[in-house]
Amino acid sequence: MTGAIFVLTVMGLLLGLVIGITVKFFGTEPDPKVEKIEALLPNANCGGCGFAGCSDFARALAGGKAEPNQCPSTNTETAAQIAALLGVALGVRQPKVAVVLCGGDNTKAAKAALYNGVNDCRAATLVAGGAKACLRGCLGLGACARACPFKAIEITGASLAVVHADVCTGCGKCVATCPRKLIRLVPTSATLHVLCSSPEKGAAKRKKCSAACIGCQKCVKAAAGAVSMEGALARVNYDHQPSPPGAIAEVCPTHCLQPALLDVTPVPTPAASASEVAHA
Amino acid sequence: MPDPWRFHGGVHPDDGKALSAQGAIRKAPLLEKYLVPLQQHIGAPPKLVVAKKATVRRGQVLAEPGGFVSAAIHSPTSGTVSDITECIGPGGSPIPAVEITSDGQDTADTCLEPIADWENAAPDVLKKRVGEAGIVGMGGAAFPTLVKLSPPLAKPIDTLILNGAECEPCLTADYRLMLEMPDRVVAGARIITRILGVKQTWIAIEANKPDAEACVRQKAEGTGIGVQSLRVRYPQGAEKQLIYALTGRKVPAGGLPMDVGCVVQNVGTAVAIAEAVLDGKPLYERVTTVTGTPVVNPGNWRFRVGTPFRAALTLAGGVKEDPAKMISGGPMMGLTVYSLDVSIVKSTSGILLLGPSEVSQFRSGACLHCGRCVDACPMLLTPATLSVQIENERFDLAEKWNAFDCIECGCCAYVCPAKRPLVQHLRRAKAEIMVRRRAAQAAAKR
Repeated sequence: MTGAIFVLTVMGLLLGLVIGITVKFFGTEPDPKVEKIEALLPNANCGGCGFAGCSDFARALAGGKAEPNQCPSTNTETAAQIAALLGVALGVRQPKVAVVLCGGDNTKAAKAALYNGVNDCRAATLVAGGAKACLRGCLGLGACARACPFKAIEITGASLAVVHADVCTGCGKCVATCPRKLIRLVPTSATLHVLCSSPEKGAAKRKKCSAACIGCQKCVKAAAGAVSMEGALARVNYDHQPSPPGAIAEVCPTHCLQPALLDVTPVPTPAASASEVAHA
Repeated sequence: MPDPWRFHGGVHPDDGKALSAQGAIRKAPLLEKYLVPLQQHIGAPPKLVVAKKATVRRGQVLAEPGGFVSAAIHSPTSGTVSDITECIGPGGSPIPAVEITSDGQDTADTCLEPIADWENAAPDVLKKRVGEAGIVGMGGAAFPTLVKLSPPLAKPIDTLILNGAECEPCLTADYRLMLEMPDRVVAGARIITRILGVKQTWIAIEANKPDAEACVRQKAEGTGIGVQSLRVRYPQGAEKQLIYALTGRKVPAGGLPMDVGCVVQNVGTAVAIAEAVLDGKPLYERVTTVTGTPVVNPGNWRFRVGTPFRAALTLAGGVKEDPAKMISGGPMMGLTVYSLDVSIVKSTSGILLLGPSEVSQFRSGACLHCGRCVDACPMLLTPATLSVQIENERFDLAEKWNAFDCIECGCCAYVCPAKRPLVQHLRRAKAEIMVRRRAAQAAAKR
């Protein structure tokens, strides 16, 4: 026992000495600039800047290889602080926000089957394309909500993904997770959304979902350039925003044209983990 | 005759073939409308060559191959192209489709001449015909046959194996083909042998089909083609397991049969090739088993491509009870479908209905680490570890642990006492790894 204590103590002292010598002769000082920048960044490691996490981005900033406004998740003030720290000018940035372009929750969209399997949208699409009758509708199993580093996506009680615009930083991490490609990054100034992504003909869509865009074009006439048709689907022109949006949204007979949600809501609880099995 | 080598793992599910085994192949009557999906194979989507309202004849090309790994699609009957629309594919995603409204005449197109003297025809002529006829692997994977028959020079092929194992439970389409047209099976085998110029050709049949084996053996006598009986174990008919059973050669991880000098073709594909060469008939119909306990008259029919499942089930007398699940293919490897509007395609080997008592609605549990899936996996993978990696989205680890070697045979999920959806996990991992590899390739190009 005492022998073991003695051996370990000596070993600890010797190794400590080796580490001390190594640091003395080979050590590098951490860049204080990098540390300061890192403290200002959100440290959510969302990857929206294109670098491998916030530390990597901070190093790139200090090395002059990135722009402060490349981080979608910092607000303008913080970006200005970082720019001041680096002594560079802050370019103009258009802040973005994610939106799920589907309004067909369980109360509106028909189900074609019962799904009994892995609780993840990407896994569900591998089984006959998912249980929803509409093949372009939100599956509501929360792959996007789990991927969001800011917990800005809520899966509603009726199984629909909804982005809380006040929490969303527009990092775009959710966009790639949606197997139906329903999530788009739009300017935060957007006031209107067509919450439907199905290019099918109006009558066919109507059978599957009461909130589908039926292509009646009433909004196109009312919005004067803010909405245009893309086949049988109305699309909002995000560069041309009408005001007030409410009046235009009212003409939509299926209420799939909706004013953008900007209300402040509590951060939702995270969705169930992918290891659980959906029992819809 | 080699002694069959025994592959690792495997399971013995109830084969359920008695339901439809006695149903001789019947010709399905002509329908008014066919909805022909424009993607019936693995690979590049074909290019549509007919316009709306065009008049077409049976066997006329509707779409040409869109690349090397692609296949042509032919009209199932004569009539008009009434609509170019989309339909639900076997995987559930929407795919473009052509609607053919029949004129009731069923006039055949004559652009493909029978090659009467095929025994002396050049291999390239025969190979060209396989491409023209739009033939794809009919065992289920639907890989374009022309690609399999064009191995690169660096990979010499010396063995052809015709797969008549039909180890998938409930399916009897290949069994009936071997029983009723053994001459066509053997003719197909001889044509492929000529195309590839191989030294040895085997027709492999599982031992639970002795009558089919006897029929094929009789026809194969004197042709130099061997007929081999295989022990009954699922998945004996999987490509790599079959090659091992017959030759003792092991296909390396991530490799293809041609890496060990083998080509495997399904017996259904061989019959399609024989018909393309001897009758000049493109692949627009196939034998499909319609079975399951809820089906009134299970059996085997020759359906035209584009026949909706609804029409196939009507032909089988409809259902006795409300089915709980419908599967395109067999119970182990088939794909669940939920719409009766799904069309029969070149790779639809069966339509299986399961009653409510046969489908368990379960909640899966955590892995018990019992290791049964490892014992059952014929590809020597560790599904338990892989499934946990995949649940945690560690697809990089899953790739290292050879998730891509999974053949989705379902043995692991079949034996799992915690009822974990292992195959679904692995399918997801394979899809994700494919996406990542493509992204890496695109990044490398830039």
